[in-house]
Amino acid sequence: MTAREKWLWVVAGVVIVIYALFPVGWIVSLSLKSASDISNQQFLPSVVSWENYAQILSGDAAGLFLPALRNSFGICLIATAISCVLAMFAAYAIARLDFRGKKLILSTALAVAIFPVISIVTPLFNLWREIGLYDTWPGLIIPYLSLTLPISIWTLSAFFREIPWEMEQAAQVDGATTWQAFRKVIVPLAAPGVFTTAIIAFFIAWNDFAYGISLTSTSASRPVPAALGLFSGASQFESPNGPIAAAAVIVTIPVVILVLVFQRRIVAGLTNGAVKG
Amino acid sequence: MASVEMRNIVKKYGDGFPAVNDVSLDIADGEFMILVGPSGCGKSTLLRMVVGLEDITSGDMVIGGKRVNDKAPRERNLSMVFQNYALYPHLSVFENIAFPLRLQKAPEEEVQRKVKAASDVLELHEHLDRKPANLSGGQRQRVAMGRAIVRDADAFLFDEPLSNLDAKLRGQMRTEIARLQRRLGITTIYVTHDQTEAMTLGDRVCVLRKGVIQQVASPRELYEQPVNLFVAGFIGSPPMNFLPAKLKNGTLSTPFGEITLDPKRGADIGDRDLVLVGIRPEFFEDASLVEESKRGHGSTFRAKVDVTEWLGDSQYAYIPYDAPDEVVNQLKELSRELDSDQLRTQAIVSIDSTSRIREGREAEFWLDARKVHVFDPATGDNLTRDPEAGAELTRLAEEDRAEQIEEARSGGLTVEGHTTS
Repeated sequence: MTAREKWLWVVAGVVIVIYALFPVGWIVSLSLKSASDISNQQFLPSVVSWENYAQILSGDAAGLFLPALRNSFGICLIATAISCVLAMFAAYAIARLDFRGKKLILSTALAVAIFPVISIVTPLFNLWREIGLYDTWPGLIIPYLSLTLPISIWTLSAFFREIPWEMEQAAQVDGATTWQAFRKVIVPLAAPGVFTTAIIAFFIAWNDFAYGISLTSTSASRPVPAALGLFSGASQFESPNGPIAAAAVIVTIPVVILVLVFQRRIVAGLTNGAVKG
Repeated sequence: MASVEMRNIVKKYGDGFPAVNDVSLDIADGEFMILVGPSGCGKSTLLRMVVGLEDITSGDMVIGGKRVNDKAPRERNLSMVFQNYALYPHLSVFENIAFPLRLQKAPEEEVQRKVKAASDVLELHEHLDRKPANLSGGQRQRVAMGRAIVRDADAFLFDEPLSNLDAKLRGQMRTEIARLQRRLGITTIYVTHDQTEAMTLGDRVCVLRKGVIQQVASPRELYEQPVNLFVAGFIGSPPMNFLPAKLKNGTLSTPFGEITLDPKRGADIGDRDLVLVGIRPEFFEDASLVEESKRGHGSTFRAKVDVTEWLGDSQYAYIPYDAPDEVVNQLKELSRELDSDQLRTQAIVSIDSTSRIREGREAEFWLDARKVHVFDPATGDNLTRDPEAGAELTRLAEEDRAEQIEEARSGGLTVEGHTTS
């Protein structure tokens, strides 16, 4: 690579990074501006102020934001866990066994995944109110499963297919039951796949707005994205942009941490050395 | 330790194609049995039926006197080395070897002792803490063997264990496996398509073709008394030459002159218009280098040499010959079945490495007539096979074998290398 080419790569890289990170920087900067500073017509706040954070964490908006944060964490973690476990079994069966209707399951999963959420929300709203799931945690966990399960099954079955059949057969010959072979050999090998799937599933649930706003009404189960939409300014003449920006920064943090913690796990290099190579 | 008996084993796949067809085979306790054949002959399928990874369509699989058809692999107490080793990449070498013991919930002290013993045998000591990904091919292969020997299995099964190694390492591991098996005296079934492995490792070799057993015999018997064209062509490297010939009054007229058969051998066949004469490369010699006393056992002929290959310790010459279309087609068919694609009808002859025979020139060769075989071109049967001489060879091999096992067991050698009481 010549020096010139290298330069081009660096410039292109910098442009892309700025393009991708600018909105994030903007939100962060916005969240640090005080209410009167928001329309100061410059990128950086004139004075760094934590008042927006104070407002959502302990001020007026805390009553709206903090329960929403708790709901979001709880609902998304539970939905992710359930969908990972279910998807693991389903994907294992799909990757390993030959049974009738295998194609049907996969294509149904795909169909569910691409089905527009908004067309389901209204019937679900009515149904949930009838059977008492409206504005409850399970009332959100169940629809989130329908969002996360298909993609989880697809990614995991791709991972399971990568694992050579011989690994399990070797375990069985070594004296393992099918369950032991699954637990001691397949699951550890599929761990990077499971982590990747868990992260994807968590994001999908975490980012959902349509179900969150339609199927909840109180802080008993309202998740963060829905709560953000309900923020209001200190008075009706003030826009709540500052607090919204601060809340957006806060809900981004767990996602960033998650990716940083698991990024090494996500690299799917673990099966190296299993076979001749 | 146990014997393995297969009775009329059949494996049919969904489409009704029999991958293994009516195979009956008895493997004695402590015997080293080789299953050999070209790809697709059903040898791996047969092995996988022994271990239980493949269902048996019909027939009985009896291990140590018990029918195991319906038992899961883990209940059969066999250990297996896979072609691609199938090591557990998330576990260290130590834990890989210890895996079967951990499943048995063996006490920690026993695990440590047995793994150490196995790693002593296979010289894996300094690698015990490493992950399989960081090992070389040969080391991975040894780990796979360690996992097999650490447990007191009734039999070892090997599925082409050396086919992923380079030639040099393959030779080393081959002797290693032979030594290990002799030392432990455990019944072993070894699948390979490599006839060198088959010849060097096996007490007996089972040659399979399209799911049907062709011949089960000691390597020597296979080599000297093959039962048909297929076995004759498969065993031996370079392969046996097949020449078309006309048989009359015990004399064969071949493209390389006349060969007179031993009257004893020729008598039963009678006169035939077309037979195939099987002559191993080493039955030929540069006529100028043959001692006078030997000359009388064969005949000489002149032929033009196409190519010579000098290998230092030996030398091969390729001599093209003409054959009727019928024979050419049949030989092509045969070579395709044996996984080699012979393009022309030529004889490969082995001559002394000091021979000055040159490419492109005509030269005089001598041919030893004593050991040639005559095959029926239609059925492929060996018409000159002497079953008694063959059985004798196998019996001798078995005697040697019994002696070795006796020795190994009286020495009390186990995996752990100390005397058992």
